[in-house]
Amino acid sequence: MNFLQTEPIRILLYLVGICAFVGANAAYLVLAERKGAGRIQRRPGPNEAGFGGLLQPLADGIKLLAKQVMVPPGTDALLFRAAPLLVMAPPLMCLAMIPFSDSITARSLNVGLLFVFSFGSINVMALMLGGWASRNKFAIISSARVVSQNVAYEIPMLLVVITLLMVTGTMDLNEIIQQQGGGFWKWNLFKVWVNPLMPVTFVIFFICMLAETNRAPFDMAEAESELVAGAFTEYGGMGFGVFFMAEYANIVVGCSLATVLFLGGWQSPIGVLSGGLWGAGWFLLKLYALIFTVIWIRWTFPRTQFYSLLNLSWKILIPISLFTLLLTGAMMKLPVVYNHFF
Amino acid sequence: MSTFPFQDAILVAIFALVVGVTIGGALIAALSTRIIRGVSGLMLCCMGLGGLYYFLNSPFLALMEILIYVGAVCVTIVFGVMLSEPDEPAHEESRRHAVLWGGAALLVSLVILGGVAHLGLRGPWQEPAARVSDGSVQAIGLALLTTYSLPFELISIVLLVAILGALVIARSGRTKE
Repeated sequence: MNFLQTEPIRILLYLVGICAFVGANAAYLVLAERKGAGRIQRRPGPNEAGFGGLLQPLADGIKLLAKQVMVPPGTDALLFRAAPLLVMAPPLMCLAMIPFSDSITARSLNVGLLFVFSFGSINVMALMLGGWASRNKFAIISSARVVSQNVAYEIPMLLVVITLLMVTGTMDLNEIIQQQGGGFWKWNLFKVWVNPLMPVTFVIFFICMLAETNRAPFDMAEAESELVAGAFTEYGGMGFGVFFMAEYANIVVGCSLATVLFLGGWQSPIGVLSGGLWGAGWFLLKLYALIFTVIWIRWTFPRTQFYSLLNLSWKILIPISLFTLLLTGAMMKLPVVYNHFF
Repeated sequence: MSTFPFQDAILVAIFALVVGVTIGGALIAALSTRIIRGVSGLMLCCMGLGGLYYFLNSPFLALMEILIYVGAVCVTIVFGVMLSEPDEPAHEESRRHAVLWGGAALLVSLVILGGVAHLGLRGPWQEPAARVSDGSVQAIGLALLTTYSLPFELISIVLLVAILGALVIARSGRTKE
Protein backbone atom coordinates (compact mmCIF):
# COMPACT_ATOMS: atom_id res chain seq x y z
CA MET A 1 0.00 0.00 0.00
CA ASN A 2 1.20 3.44 -0.86
CA PHE A 3 2.42 5.22 2.25
CA LEU A 4 0.62 8.44 1.37
CA GLN A 5 -2.68 6.62 0.99
CA THR A 6 -2.90 5.42 4.58
CA GLU A 7 -5.60 7.18 6.56
CA PRO A 8 -3.54 8.85 9.33
CA ILE A 9 -1.07 10.28 6.82
CA ARG A 10 -3.91 11.47 4.60
CA ILE A 11 -5.61 13.25 7.49
CA LEU A 12 -2.33 14.84 8.57
CA LEU A 13 -1.61 16.01 5.02
CA TYR A 14 -5.05 17.57 4.65
CA LEU A 15 -4.81 19.18 8.08
CA VAL A 16 -1.48 20.81 7.27
CA GLY A 17 -2.65 21.61 3.74
CA ILE A 18 -5.82 23.37 4.87
CA CYS A 19 -3.99 25.37 7.54
CA ALA A 20 -1.34 26.38 5.02
CA PHE A 21 -3.99 27.28 2.44
CA VAL A 22 -5.85 29.46 4.93
CA GLY A 23 -2.63 31.09 6.16
CA ALA A 24 -1.30 31.83 2.70
CA ASN A 25 -4.67 33.13 1.56
CA ALA A 26 -5.06 35.36 4.58
CA ALA A 27 -1.57 36.79 4.13
CA TYR A 28 -1.75 37.40 0.40
CA LEU A 29 -5.41 38.42 0.23
CA VAL A 30 -4.55 41.27 2.60
CA LEU A 31 -1.86 42.30 0.14
CA ALA A 32 -4.24 41.86 -2.81
CA GLU A 33 -6.81 43.93 -0.97
CA ARG A 34 -4.35 46.75 -0.29
CA LYS A 35 -3.00 46.65 -3.83
CA GLY A 36 -6.52 46.58 -5.23
CA ALA A 37 -7.55 49.48 -3.02
CA GLY A 38 -4.49 51.34 -4.20
CA ARG A 39 -5.32 50.71 -7.85
CA ILE A 40 -8.93 51.80 -7.41
CA GLN A 41 -7.93 54.92 -5.50
CA ARG A 42 -5.11 55.73 -7.98
CA ARG A 43 -2.17 55.25 -5.65
CA PRO A 44 0.51 52.52 -5.68
CA GLY A 45 -0.43 50.63 -2.49
CA PRO A 46 2.30 48.88 -0.46
CA ASN A 47 5.41 48.80 -2.63
CA GLU A 48 8.38 49.13 -0.28
CA ALA A 49 8.85 45.69 1.29
CA GLY A 50 10.35 43.10 -1.03
CA PHE A 51 9.70 42.87 -4.73
CA GLY A 52 7.06 45.50 -5.36
CA GLY A 53 5.46 44.84 -1.96
CA LEU A 54 5.41 41.04 -2.18
CA LEU A 55 7.07 40.63 1.22
CA GLN A 56 4.64 43.01 2.93
CA PRO A 57 2.51 40.17 4.49
CA LEU A 58 5.66 38.69 6.02
CA ALA A 59 6.61 42.05 7.52
CA ASP A 60 3.09 42.53 8.85
CA GLY A 61 3.10 39.04 10.31
CA ILE A 62 6.39 39.59 12.12
CA LYS A 63 5.16 42.90 13.46
CA LEU A 64 1.93 41.39 14.77
CA LEU A 65 3.69 38.37 16.28
CA ALA A 66 6.25 40.53 18.04
CA LYS A 67 3.58 42.56 19.80
CA GLN A 68 2.49 41.72 23.30
CA VAL A 69 -0.99 40.24 23.62
CA MET A 70 -2.68 42.58 26.05
CA VAL A 71 -5.75 41.63 28.04
CA PRO A 72 -7.06 45.00 29.22
CA PRO A 73 -8.24 45.20 32.84
CA GLY A 74 -12.00 44.91 33.27
CA THR A 75 -12.46 42.49 30.40
CA ASP A 76 -13.75 38.98 30.77
CA ALA A 77 -10.27 37.48 30.36
CA LEU A 78 -11.34 33.92 29.55
CA LEU A 79 -13.83 34.83 26.83
CA PHE A 80 -11.52 37.58 25.58
CA ARG A 81 -8.80 35.01 24.93
CA ALA A 82 -11.18 32.35 23.61
CA ALA A 83 -12.90 34.56 21.02
CA PRO A 84 -10.08 34.67 18.43
CA LEU A 85 -9.74 30.88 18.60
CA LEU A 86 -13.49 30.41 18.23
CA VAL A 87 -13.62 32.74 15.26
CA MET A 88 -10.77 30.94 13.49
CA ALA A 89 -11.91 27.33 14.03
CA PRO A 90 -15.19 27.23 12.00
CA PRO A 91 -13.72 28.23 8.61
CA LEU A 92 -10.98 25.62 9.06
CA MET A 93 -13.67 23.00 9.77
CA CYS A 94 -15.70 24.13 6.76
CA LEU A 95 -12.76 23.87 4.38
CA ALA A 96 -12.55 20.15 5.18
CA MET A 97 -15.80 19.73 3.22
CA ILE A 98 -14.95 21.85 0.18
CA PRO A 99 -14.05 19.74 -2.87
CA PHE A 100 -11.07 21.40 -4.53
CA SER A 101 -11.12 18.80 -7.26
CA ASP A 102 -12.88 15.49 -7.93
CA SER A 103 -10.14 13.71 -5.98
CA ILE A 104 -9.05 16.46 -3.58
CA THR A 105 -11.55 16.59 -0.71
CA ALA A 106 -10.51 16.18 2.89
CA ARG A 107 -13.75 14.47 3.84
CA SER A 108 -16.78 13.85 1.71
CA LEU A 109 -20.00 13.73 3.71
CA ASN A 110 -23.52 13.29 2.38
CA VAL A 111 -24.64 16.27 4.46
CA GLY A 112 -21.62 18.39 3.50
CA LEU A 113 -23.59 21.53 2.72
CA LEU A 114 -25.31 21.40 6.10
CA PHE A 115 -21.92 20.91 7.73
CA VAL A 116 -20.59 24.13 6.20
CA PHE A 117 -23.66 26.08 7.30
CA SER A 118 -23.79 24.70 10.82
CA PHE A 119 -20.16 25.47 11.54
CA GLY A 120 -20.41 28.75 9.68
CA SER A 121 -23.13 29.82 12.09
CA ILE A 122 -20.73 29.62 15.05
CA ASN A 123 -18.80 32.53 13.59
CA VAL A 124 -21.43 35.07 14.72
CA MET A 125 -21.30 33.78 18.26
CA ALA A 126 -17.51 34.09 18.35
CA LEU A 127 -17.43 37.66 17.03
CA MET A 128 -20.16 38.58 19.46
CA LEU A 129 -18.31 37.03 22.42
CA GLY A 130 -15.15 38.91 21.45
CA GLY A 131 -16.99 42.22 21.36
CA TRP A 132 -18.88 41.57 24.56
CA ALA A 133 -15.89 40.34 26.53
CA SER A 134 -14.00 43.52 25.63
CA ARG A 135 -16.25 45.63 27.88
CA ASN A 136 -15.90 48.52 25.50
CA LYS A 137 -18.93 50.46 24.35
CA PHE A 138 -17.84 50.50 20.73
CA ALA A 139 -17.21 46.77 20.81
CA ILE A 140 -20.60 46.08 22.39
CA ILE A 141 -22.45 48.26 19.85
CA SER A 142 -20.60 46.37 17.17
CA SER A 143 -21.54 42.97 18.63
CA ALA A 144 -25.20 43.93 18.69
CA ARG A 145 -24.91 44.92 15.05
CA VAL A 146 -23.11 41.70 14.12
CA VAL A 147 -25.83 39.59 15.66
CA SER A 148 -28.77 41.42 14.10
CA GLN A 149 -27.07 41.60 10.72
CA ASN A 150 -26.15 37.93 10.67
CA VAL A 151 -29.58 36.80 11.84
CA ALA A 152 -31.19 38.97 9.16
CA TYR A 153 -29.02 37.68 6.34
CA GLU A 154 -28.96 34.05 7.37
CA ILE A 155 -32.67 33.77 6.48
CA PRO A 156 -32.48 34.72 2.76
CA MET A 157 -29.24 32.75 2.45
CA LEU A 158 -30.79 29.56 3.79
CA LEU A 159 -33.94 30.12 1.68
CA VAL A 160 -31.80 30.46 -1.43
CA VAL A 161 -29.86 27.34 -0.51
CA ILE A 162 -33.10 25.41 0.07
CA THR A 163 -34.22 26.48 -3.41
CA LEU A 164 -30.99 25.14 -4.80
CA LEU A 165 -31.30 21.92 -2.81
CA MET A 166 -34.72 21.31 -4.33
CA VAL A 167 -33.05 21.44 -7.73
CA THR A 168 -30.03 19.31 -6.86
CA GLY A 169 -31.73 16.85 -4.51
CA THR A 170 -28.54 16.21 -2.56
CA MET A 171 -26.42 17.91 0.09
CA ASP A 172 -23.22 16.20 -0.98
CA LEU A 173 -21.03 18.98 -2.39
CA ASN A 174 -19.20 16.67 -4.77
CA GLU A 175 -22.45 15.33 -6.20
CA ILE A 176 -23.77 18.86 -6.65
CA ILE A 177 -20.68 19.64 -8.72
CA GLN A 178 -20.96 16.45 -10.74
CA GLN A 179 -24.50 17.42 -11.78
CA GLN A 180 -23.12 20.62 -13.32
CA GLY A 181 -20.66 18.97 -15.69
CA GLY A 182 -20.38 19.49 -19.43
CA GLY A 183 -20.02 23.22 -19.97
CA PHE A 184 -20.89 26.52 -18.37
CA TRP A 185 -24.50 26.44 -19.60
CA LYS A 186 -25.10 23.52 -17.26
CA TRP A 187 -23.98 25.37 -14.15
CA ASN A 188 -26.70 25.99 -11.60
CA LEU A 189 -26.28 29.71 -12.26
CA PHE A 190 -27.63 29.30 -15.80
CA LYS A 191 -30.26 26.63 -15.18
CA VAL A 192 -33.07 28.96 -16.25
CA TRP A 193 -35.25 26.08 -17.44
CA VAL A 194 -35.49 24.88 -13.84
CA ASN A 195 -36.16 28.33 -12.51
CA PRO A 196 -35.96 31.51 -14.60
CA LEU A 197 -34.77 33.40 -11.51
CA MET A 198 -31.61 31.31 -11.01
CA PRO A 199 -29.17 34.21 -11.70
CA VAL A 200 -31.13 36.32 -9.20
CA THR A 201 -30.70 33.51 -6.67
CA PHE A 202 -26.96 33.66 -7.19
CA VAL A 203 -26.92 37.43 -6.67
CA ILE A 204 -28.91 37.03 -3.43
CA PHE A 205 -26.51 34.33 -2.26
CA PHE A 206 -23.53 36.54 -3.03
CA ILE A 207 -25.01 39.56 -1.22
CA CYS A 208 -25.82 37.41 1.81
CA MET A 209 -22.32 35.97 1.72
CA LEU A 210 -20.88 39.51 1.82
CA ALA A 211 -23.11 40.34 4.77
CA GLU A 212 -22.35 37.12 6.64
CA THR A 213 -18.61 37.65 6.34
CA ASN A 214 -19.03 41.29 7.41
CA ARG A 215 -17.52 42.69 4.26
CA ALA A 216 -18.09 46.15 2.86
CA PRO A 217 -20.60 47.55 2.04
CA PHE A 218 -21.97 45.61 5.03
CA ASP A 219 -18.98 45.87 7.37
CA MET A 220 -21.03 47.26 10.22
CA ALA A 221 -19.08 45.06 12.62
CA GLU A 222 -15.88 46.94 11.99
CA ALA A 223 -17.10 50.34 10.77
CA GLU A 224 -13.76 51.96 11.53
CA SER A 225 -14.94 55.52 10.95
CA GLU A 226 -17.57 55.34 13.68
CA LEU A 227 -16.71 52.44 16.00
CA VAL A 228 -12.86 52.59 16.05
CA ALA A 229 -12.47 48.92 15.03
CA GLY A 230 -15.80 47.54 16.17
CA ALA A 231 -15.65 44.20 17.91
CA PHE A 232 -11.84 44.12 17.69
CA THR A 233 -11.22 47.51 19.30
CA GLU A 234 -9.51 46.13 22.39
CA TYR A 235 -7.47 43.50 20.58
CA GLY A 236 -3.85 44.08 19.78
CA GLY A 237 -1.05 42.05 18.26
CA MET A 238 -1.87 38.58 17.06
CA GLY A 239 -5.35 38.63 18.68
CA PHE A 240 -6.29 41.26 16.14
CA GLY A 241 -4.32 39.38 13.50
CA VAL A 242 -6.34 36.22 14.06
CA PHE A 243 -9.62 38.11 13.65
CA PHE A 244 -8.26 39.50 10.42
CA MET A 245 -7.15 36.07 9.20
CA ALA A 246 -10.55 34.65 10.11
CA GLU A 247 -12.27 37.31 8.03
CA TYR A 248 -10.30 36.27 4.95
CA ALA A 249 -10.73 32.58 5.75
CA ASN A 250 -14.49 33.17 5.89
CA ILE A 251 -14.37 34.94 2.54
CA VAL A 252 -12.54 31.94 1.08
CA VAL A 253 -15.15 29.55 2.50
CA GLY A 254 -18.06 31.71 1.29
CA CYS A 255 -16.63 32.14 -2.20
CA SER A 256 -15.82 28.43 -2.49
CA LEU A 257 -19.38 27.64 -1.49
CA ALA A 258 -20.69 30.05 -4.14
CA THR A 259 -18.37 28.40 -6.67
CA VAL A 260 -19.52 24.91 -5.71
CA LEU A 261 -23.22 25.71 -5.63
CA PHE A 262 -23.59 27.99 -8.62
CA LEU A 263 -20.46 28.00 -10.77
CA GLY A 264 -19.84 24.31 -11.20
CA GLY A 265 -16.95 23.93 -8.73
CA TRP A 266 -14.10 22.07 -10.40
CA GLN A 267 -16.02 21.50 -13.66
CA SER A 268 -14.50 23.05 -16.72
CA PRO A 269 -16.55 25.85 -18.33
CA ILE A 270 -16.00 24.43 -21.82
CA GLY A 271 -16.57 20.77 -21.12
CA VAL A 272 -12.99 19.56 -21.64
CA LEU A 273 -9.98 19.37 -19.32
CA SER A 274 -11.88 18.79 -16.07
CA GLY A 275 -10.92 16.50 -13.22
CA GLY A 276 -7.66 15.97 -11.38
CA LEU A 277 -5.30 18.90 -11.21
CA TRP A 278 -7.12 20.67 -14.05
CA GLY A 279 -10.21 20.63 -11.83
CA ALA A 280 -8.30 22.22 -8.98
CA GLY A 281 -7.08 24.86 -11.42
CA TRP A 282 -10.61 25.70 -12.61
CA PHE A 283 -11.84 25.74 -9.04
CA LEU A 284 -9.13 28.15 -7.90
CA LEU A 285 -9.69 30.34 -10.98
CA LYS A 286 -13.41 30.72 -10.20
CA LEU A 287 -12.70 31.12 -6.49
CA TYR A 288 -10.24 33.95 -6.99
CA ALA A 289 -12.47 35.64 -9.56
CA LEU A 290 -15.19 35.77 -6.90
CA ILE A 291 -12.75 36.94 -4.23
CA PHE A 292 -11.55 39.67 -6.56
CA THR A 293 -15.17 40.76 -6.96
CA VAL A 294 -15.50 40.91 -3.18
CA ILE A 295 -12.44 43.18 -2.94
CA TRP A 296 -13.62 45.25 -5.89
CA ILE A 297 -17.04 45.79 -4.25
CA ARG A 298 -15.43 46.85 -0.99
CA TRP A 299 -13.49 49.68 -2.56
CA THR A 300 -16.24 50.77 -4.93
CA PHE A 301 -19.30 51.04 -2.69
CA PRO A 302 -19.49 53.13 0.47
CA ARG A 303 -20.65 51.51 3.70
CA THR A 304 -24.43 51.33 3.98
CA GLN A 305 -26.43 52.64 6.89
CA PHE A 306 -27.44 50.08 9.44
CA TYR A 307 -31.17 50.55 8.90
CA SER A 308 -30.94 50.34 5.13
CA LEU A 309 -28.91 47.17 5.60
CA LEU A 310 -31.68 45.56 7.64
CA ASN A 311 -34.33 46.92 5.25
CA LEU A 312 -32.52 45.37 2.31
CA SER A 313 -32.68 41.98 3.94
CA TRP A 314 -36.18 41.99 5.41
CA LYS A 315 -38.00 43.96 2.73
CA ILE A 316 -36.24 42.94 -0.48
CA LEU A 317 -34.09 39.82 -0.19
CA ILE A 318 -36.39 37.67 1.95
CA PRO A 319 -39.53 38.27 -0.18
CA ILE A 320 -37.61 37.62 -3.40
CA SER A 321 -36.00 34.46 -2.06
CA LEU A 322 -39.37 33.21 -0.76
CA PHE A 323 -40.82 33.86 -4.21
CA THR A 324 -38.02 31.94 -5.93
CA LEU A 325 -38.58 29.07 -3.50
CA LEU A 326 -42.28 28.94 -4.38
CA LEU A 327 -41.59 29.35 -8.09
CA THR A 328 -39.05 26.52 -8.12
CA GLY A 329 -41.42 24.26 -6.21
CA ALA A 330 -44.25 25.09 -8.60
CA MET A 331 -42.11 24.55 -11.69
CA MET A 332 -40.90 21.21 -10.38
CA LYS A 333 -44.25 19.88 -9.23
CA LEU A 334 -46.81 21.36 -11.68
CA PRO A 335 -45.81 19.02 -14.55
CA VAL A 336 -46.24 16.08 -12.16
CA VAL A 337 -49.71 17.28 -11.14
CA TYR A 338 -50.62 17.98 -14.78
CA ASN A 339 -49.55 14.51 -15.87
CA HIS A 340 -51.48 13.00 -13.01
CA PHE A 341 -54.80 14.56 -13.93
CA PHE A 342 -54.70 14.88 -17.70
CA MET B 1 -10.73 3.30 4.10
CA SER B 2 -7.76 1.77 5.81
CA THR B 3 -7.71 1.10 9.50
CA PHE B 4 -6.35 3.57 11.96
CA PRO B 5 -3.70 2.72 14.56
CA PHE B 6 -5.10 2.74 18.13
CA GLN B 7 -8.56 3.10 16.61
CA ASP B 8 -10.44 1.95 19.70
CA ALA B 9 -8.45 4.11 22.10
CA ILE B 10 -8.98 7.18 19.91
CA LEU B 11 -12.71 6.49 19.69
CA VAL B 12 -12.97 6.14 23.46
CA ALA B 13 -10.99 9.34 23.94
CA ILE B 14 -13.23 11.28 21.55
CA PHE B 15 -16.34 9.89 23.23
CA ALA B 16 -14.98 10.91 26.64
CA LEU B 17 -14.23 14.37 25.26
CA VAL B 18 -17.76 14.74 23.88
CA VAL B 19 -19.38 13.59 27.12
CA GLY B 20 -17.04 15.85 29.10
CA VAL B 21 -17.90 18.85 26.94
CA THR B 22 -21.63 18.16 27.30
CA ILE B 23 -21.53 17.82 31.08
CA GLY B 24 -18.99 20.59 31.58
CA GLY B 25 -20.95 22.96 29.36
CA ALA B 26 -24.15 22.19 31.24
CA LEU B 27 -22.40 22.83 34.57
CA ILE B 28 -21.01 26.14 33.33
CA ALA B 29 -24.46 27.12 32.06
CA ALA B 30 -26.04 26.31 35.41
CA LEU B 31 -23.37 27.56 37.82
CA SER B 32 -21.83 30.69 36.32
CA THR B 33 -23.01 34.02 37.69
CA ARG B 34 -22.30 36.01 34.53
CA ILE B 35 -25.09 35.44 32.07
CA ILE B 36 -22.81 35.65 29.04
CA ARG B 37 -20.69 32.81 30.38
CA GLY B 38 -23.87 30.85 31.00
CA VAL B 39 -24.77 31.19 27.32
CA SER B 40 -21.24 30.15 26.34
CA GLY B 41 -21.67 27.06 28.53
CA LEU B 42 -24.96 26.32 26.80
CA MET B 43 -23.16 26.61 23.48
CA LEU B 44 -20.49 24.13 24.61
CA CYS B 45 -23.19 21.78 25.88
CA CYS B 46 -24.99 21.88 22.52
CA MET B 47 -21.75 21.18 20.66
CA GLY B 48 -21.23 18.16 22.91
CA LEU B 49 -24.79 17.01 22.28
CA GLY B 50 -24.12 17.27 18.56
CA GLY B 51 -21.12 14.99 19.09
CA LEU B 52 -23.31 12.50 20.96
CA TYR B 53 -25.77 12.46 18.06
CA TYR B 54 -22.86 11.79 15.76
CA PHE B 55 -21.87 8.83 17.92
CA LEU B 56 -25.48 7.62 17.62
CA ASN B 57 -24.91 7.46 13.86
CA SER B 58 -26.99 10.46 12.92
CA PRO B 59 -24.74 13.16 11.43
CA PHE B 60 -27.81 15.01 10.15
CA LEU B 61 -29.21 15.48 13.65
CA ALA B 62 -25.75 16.39 14.95
CA LEU B 63 -25.37 19.18 12.40
CA MET B 64 -28.94 20.38 12.94
CA GLU B 65 -28.24 20.56 16.67
CA ILE B 66 -25.28 22.84 16.03
CA LEU B 67 -27.03 24.92 13.34
CA ILE B 68 -30.18 25.49 15.36
CA TYR B 69 -29.05 25.50 18.98
CA VAL B 70 -25.67 27.19 18.64
CA GLY B 71 -26.28 29.24 15.52
CA ALA B 72 -29.81 30.35 16.27
CA VAL B 73 -30.97 29.74 19.84
CA CYS B 74 -27.78 30.82 21.65
CA VAL B 75 -27.43 33.84 19.36
CA THR B 76 -31.02 34.82 20.03
CA ILE B 77 -30.54 34.44 23.78
CA VAL B 78 -27.46 36.65 23.60
CA PHE B 79 -29.37 39.15 21.52
CA GLY B 80 -32.06 39.25 24.18
CA VAL B 81 -29.42 39.66 26.90
CA MET B 82 -27.81 42.54 25.02
CA LEU B 83 -31.04 44.38 24.44
CA SER B 84 -32.38 44.00 27.95
CA GLU B 85 -29.77 43.55 30.62
CA PRO B 86 -26.80 45.79 31.32
CA ASP B 87 -24.08 43.38 32.32
CA GLU B 88 -24.11 43.92 36.05
CA PRO B 89 -23.78 41.38 38.83
CA ALA B 90 -27.18 40.03 39.82
CA HIS B 91 -28.84 41.84 42.69
CA GLU B 92 -28.24 40.22 46.05
CA GLU B 93 -31.05 37.98 47.16
CA SER B 94 -31.74 37.69 50.85
CA ARG B 95 -30.20 34.61 52.37
CA ARG B 96 -33.45 33.12 53.61
CA HIS B 97 -35.03 33.39 50.17
CA ALA B 98 -31.98 31.83 48.57
CA VAL B 99 -32.06 28.86 50.92
CA LEU B 100 -35.81 28.44 50.45
CA TRP B 101 -35.75 28.54 46.65
CA GLY B 102 -32.54 26.56 46.42
CA GLY B 103 -34.01 23.83 48.62
CA ALA B 104 -37.23 23.75 46.59
CA ALA B 105 -35.29 23.54 43.31
CA LEU B 106 -33.09 20.78 44.72
CA LEU B 107 -36.14 18.80 45.85
CA VAL B 108 -37.85 19.09 42.45
CA SER B 109 -34.71 18.15 40.55
CA LEU B 110 -34.08 15.17 42.88
CA VAL B 111 -37.64 13.92 42.30
CA ILE B 112 -37.20 14.25 38.51
CA LEU B 113 -33.78 12.57 38.63
CA GLY B 114 -35.18 9.71 40.73
CA GLY B 115 -38.14 9.26 38.41
CA VAL B 116 -36.06 9.24 35.26
CA ALA B 117 -33.46 6.94 36.81
CA HIS B 118 -36.17 4.56 38.02
CA LEU B 119 -37.74 4.48 34.57
CA GLY B 120 -34.40 3.99 32.90
CA LEU B 121 -33.19 1.22 35.17
CA ARG B 122 -36.37 -0.67 36.02
CA GLY B 123 -38.78 0.16 33.24
CA PRO B 124 -39.26 -2.27 30.36
CA TRP B 125 -37.20 -1.34 27.32
CA GLN B 126 -39.00 -2.32 24.16
CA GLU B 127 -36.65 -3.24 21.38
CA PRO B 128 -38.12 -2.61 17.95
CA ALA B 129 -38.30 -5.82 15.95
CA ALA B 130 -36.77 -4.21 12.88
CA ARG B 131 -34.79 -1.06 12.33
CA VAL B 132 -37.33 1.75 12.19
CA SER B 133 -35.43 3.90 9.71
CA ASP B 134 -31.89 4.39 8.52
CA GLY B 135 -31.72 7.90 10.02
CA SER B 136 -31.02 9.46 6.63
CA VAL B 137 -32.31 12.87 5.64
CA GLN B 138 -34.96 11.34 3.38
CA ALA B 139 -36.21 9.03 6.13
CA ILE B 140 -36.47 11.90 8.63
CA GLY B 141 -38.25 14.11 6.10
CA LEU B 142 -40.74 11.38 5.17
CA ALA B 143 -41.43 10.62 8.84
CA LEU B 144 -42.00 14.31 9.62
CA LEU B 145 -44.47 14.77 6.78
CA THR B 146 -46.35 11.48 7.09
CA THR B 147 -46.31 9.65 10.43
CA TYR B 148 -45.57 12.65 12.61
CA SER B 149 -47.24 15.38 10.56
CA LEU B 150 -49.70 16.31 13.32
CA PRO B 151 -47.03 17.05 15.99
CA PHE B 152 -45.01 18.80 13.29
CA GLU B 153 -47.91 21.10 12.43
CA LEU B 154 -48.72 21.64 16.10
CA ILE B 155 -45.15 22.79 16.75
CA SER B 156 -45.39 25.23 13.87
CA ILE B 157 -48.62 26.61 15.36
CA VAL B 158 -46.84 27.07 18.69
CA LEU B 159 -44.06 28.96 16.89
CA LEU B 160 -46.63 31.09 15.07
CA VAL B 161 -48.28 31.99 18.36
CA ALA B 162 -44.87 32.87 19.80
CA ILE B 163 -44.15 35.18 16.87
CA LEU B 164 -47.57 36.83 17.22
CA GLY B 165 -46.97 37.27 20.95
CA ALA B 166 -43.59 38.88 20.29
CA LEU B 167 -45.25 41.23 17.78
CA VAL B 168 -47.96 42.17 20.26
CA ILE B 169 -45.40 42.94 22.96
CA ALA B 170 -43.22 44.91 20.55
CA ARG B 171 -46.15 46.92 19.19
CA SER B 172 -47.58 47.87 22.55
CA GLY B 173 -44.27 49.52 23.39
CA ARG B 174 -44.54 51.73 20.33
CA THR B 175 -47.97 53.29 20.87
CA LYS B 176 -47.91 56.78 22.29
CA GLU B 177 -49.07 57.16 25.85
